Amino acid sequence: MSTTSVHKGKEKTSTDSENLLEIKNLKTYYPVKGGFFKRTVGNVKAVDNVSFEIKKGETLGLVGESGCGKSTAGRTILRLLRPTDGKIIFDGKDITKVSGKSLREIRKDMQMVFQDPYASLNPMQMVGDIIAEPIYNFSKKSKAELKNEVMDLLDKVGLPPDAYYKYAHEFSGGQRQRIGIARSLALRPKLIIADEPVSALDVSVQSQVLNLLKDLQKEFDLTFLFIAHDLSVVKHMSDRIGVMYLGNMVEVADKGLLYAEPLHPYTQALISAIPSPDPRIKKERIILKGDVPSPINPPSGCPFHPRCPMAMEECSKTKPVLKEVKPSHRVACHLY
Amino acid sequence: MSTKKMLRNEAPLLEVKNLETAFDIEGTDYNAVDNVSFKVKPRQIVGIVGESGCGKSVMSLSIMKLLPKGIGKVKSGEIIFDGINLEKMSESQINKIRGKDVSMIFQEPMTSLNPVFTIGYQLQEVLFNHMKISKQEARQKAIALLKSVGISRPEKLVDEYPHQLSGGMRQRVMIAIAIACQPKLLIADEPTTALDVTVQAQILELLKEIQAVNDMSVILITHDLGVVAEMCDEVIVMYAGKIVERADVDTLFHNPKHPYTTLLLGAIPKMDEQEERLSSIKGIVPSLTNMPKVGCRFAHRCPKAMPECFTVTPVLGDVEQDHEVACLLYETSKPREGVK
Repeated sequence: MSTTSVHKGKEKTSTDSENLLEIKNLKTYYPVKGGFFKRTVGNVKAVDNVSFEIKKGETLGLVGESGCGKSTAGRTILRLLRPTDGKIIFDGKDITKVSGKSLREIRKDMQMVFQDPYASLNPMQMVGDIIAEPIYNFSKKSKAELKNEVMDLLDKVGLPPDAYYKYAHEFSGGQRQRIGIARSLALRPKLIIADEPVSALDVSVQSQVLNLLKDLQKEFDLTFLFIAHDLSVVKHMSDRIGVMYLGNMVEVADKGLLYAEPLHPYTQALISAIPSPDPRIKKERIILKGDVPSPINPPSGCPFHPRCPMAMEECSKTKPVLKEVKPSHRVACHLY
Repeated sequence: MSTKKMLRNEAPLLEVKNLETAFDIEGTDYNAVDNVSFKVKPRQIVGIVGESGCGKSVMSLSIMKLLPKGIGKVKSGEIIFDGINLEKMSESQINKIRGKDVSMIFQEPMTSLNPVFTIGYQLQEVLFNHMKISKQEARQKAIALLKSVGISRPEKLVDEYPHQLSGGMRQRVMIAIAIACQPKLLIADEPTTALDVTVQAQILELLKEIQAVNDMSVILITHDLGVVAEMCDEVIVMYAGKIVERADVDTLFHNPKHPYTTLLLGAIPKMDEQEERLSSIKGIVPSLTNMPKVGCRFAHRCPKAMPECFTVTPVLGDVEQDHEVACLLYETSKPREGVK
C-alpha cells in the first residue's frame, strides 16, 4: 500500500511512475445558452474540481447518484469532452490540451465500455466488423490477420465464433455488452473506462459480465476506471473508490476503509441506503431529505450542506477541500 | 411473529388461480404467464421477483385488466379480489374498482403522469371518478394527500406540472394518486428502479408507512432482491412465466430450495462480504417464442438438471409448511398420475 497523495491546493508535481492516470482539479462545465442571441447565461458545473489518481493495474470505482458528474468525468478523461480547467496526466503525459494526431495516438491506449449495449453498437455492421474497426483504424493488417484477431477476441469474451457474421440485434443485452468489451480490448489499451457497464443488465447476466471483466483485467493487465451508481457492484469490482456528489469528489479511500468506516456524511447515507439482500439484517438508516440540487446553481459552501444531517454554520460558507485525514483516506468535509 | 401467524388464518384479499396470459405473436398465442396461482392476504406485502421477461409485469397488468387490447389476453384462470371474480366483470364494472380498491404505481414516474395537466388536476381526477365530492373539497383533499406523501409545499405543487418535479417527487405524486381512495390493494411495479439509492430509501420508507397507516396489502414487483428483503412478508420467485418458489421472506433468503433462487441470491455482490467471484447463471432466459414445451423451463441453465427435467414439467408443491417449490429435485414437485 503506497500512500500517494495529491493534496489539493499545494499540488505535488511528482509524476509518480506508478500512476497511470492522474487527474488534478478537473473541471468540466457545460454552457447554458439563452436569450435571443444564444449567449452563455450560465454553466452547468458537471464536474467541479475533481482530483484523483489511478495506479497501474488498479480499479478505481467512481460512485454517485445520477447527475453527480461521474460520466462527464469519464468522458473528459477520454477527451471526448473538453475540460474547462485542470489537468489530465495519462501515462506521464499531460493530455489536457492535446488535439489532432497526438490525441488520436493516445486514444489507442484508453478505451471505453458504454452503459447501453443497445445504443452503442452499430445495427448495420456485422459484429466482426464492429470489433475489427479499432484495429483497422490504427494498423495495417491484412484481412486474414484481422479476422484471426477478432476471432481471438470473441473467444476471450466468451462469444461463439459464429458471432462474427451476426448483427447486434441478434444478441441479448449481456452478449452485446460482451461485444462492447471485445471492441474496447481490440487495441490492447492500458486504461478502460467502463461507464455503468452492467446497469442495463439483469442480476444473473450482470454477474457474468462482472466476472468476465475481472478475468480480463488479470489476463491483459488492465487498469479500470469503473463508473457505477450501484455501491455493491462498485465494491465488488474496485480496489479504491471515489464518491462524487454534485460534481465534487467528497471522499476517496481504499475499498475496505470506505465501507468499514465511511467518513463523509454523504457516503454514510449512501451506504446505509442500500437495501441489504438479507431480511435478518436490520440496518440503521440515514434517510436524506430532499433531492440533489441543480448543478447550474449549486449551493454555496459545501455542495452537500442543505441535505447534510450534520451541517454546521461553516458548511454553508466555505467549500471544504479534499484532504487526507487517515492513511489512504481522503475526505472533503469540515467535520475533519 | 404474532402478526404473521394472524395473517395465516385470514381469508385472502386477492386470489389468483391458474392464471394464463397469452400474447398473440403473428397469429400464435404464447403464454407470458403460465398457470400461476397465489394468494395475497390482508395487510400483507408480497414481493414478486424475477429477471426481465419472467412475466411479473404482465401478471400485474392482468390483475388490473390493463393488458394491451388485441395483443394480450387472459386465456384462462380466475382473479378473485375481495370475493369478486375480476375476470367476469365488464369494463365499466372494473372501472369502479380500478383506482379505488386496487391501484397501481409504475416504474417510470415521468411517463405515467400526463405532462399537460397539473399535478392537482391529475389527483382530483381520481377523486371525482370515485367519490361524490365538490371542487373545493377535492382540492383540499389533493393538498392533504400530497402532504401525506411527504411533499413539503403541497399548496404550491398542486398547480405545477410534472416536468417541474424531480424523479423522486414524481414518484411521490404517483403514490398520492394511487392511495387517494384508500385502496385495499396496491400493486407497485418496480416503484424505485428509476430512482437513485438515497431517493429509493425515502420512497421505500414512505411505502411502508402508508401500508401500515392505510392497512392495505401491497404486491411489490421488483428485480432487486435487496428491496424484497427489506420490504416484504412473503416472496414469489418467477422464472419464464412460472412461479418457481414461494416462501416467507426469511425462509426464502436463508433456506432457498430452487436452484434458480439459490443462484440468483449468489449473483448479487454483497456489501458485507468479500467474494472473488459471483455465482452466475450460464445462458439467458428463453424467449417467449421458443419456450420449452415440456420439462422445467430452467433446465437448460440449471447446474443440477437431470434427464427427467427436460421431459417432466414440475408442479408447485409444498416442500415444507408454507414453502412451495417447483423443482424435480423434490418429491412434492413431481406431477401426480393423470395430471398433466
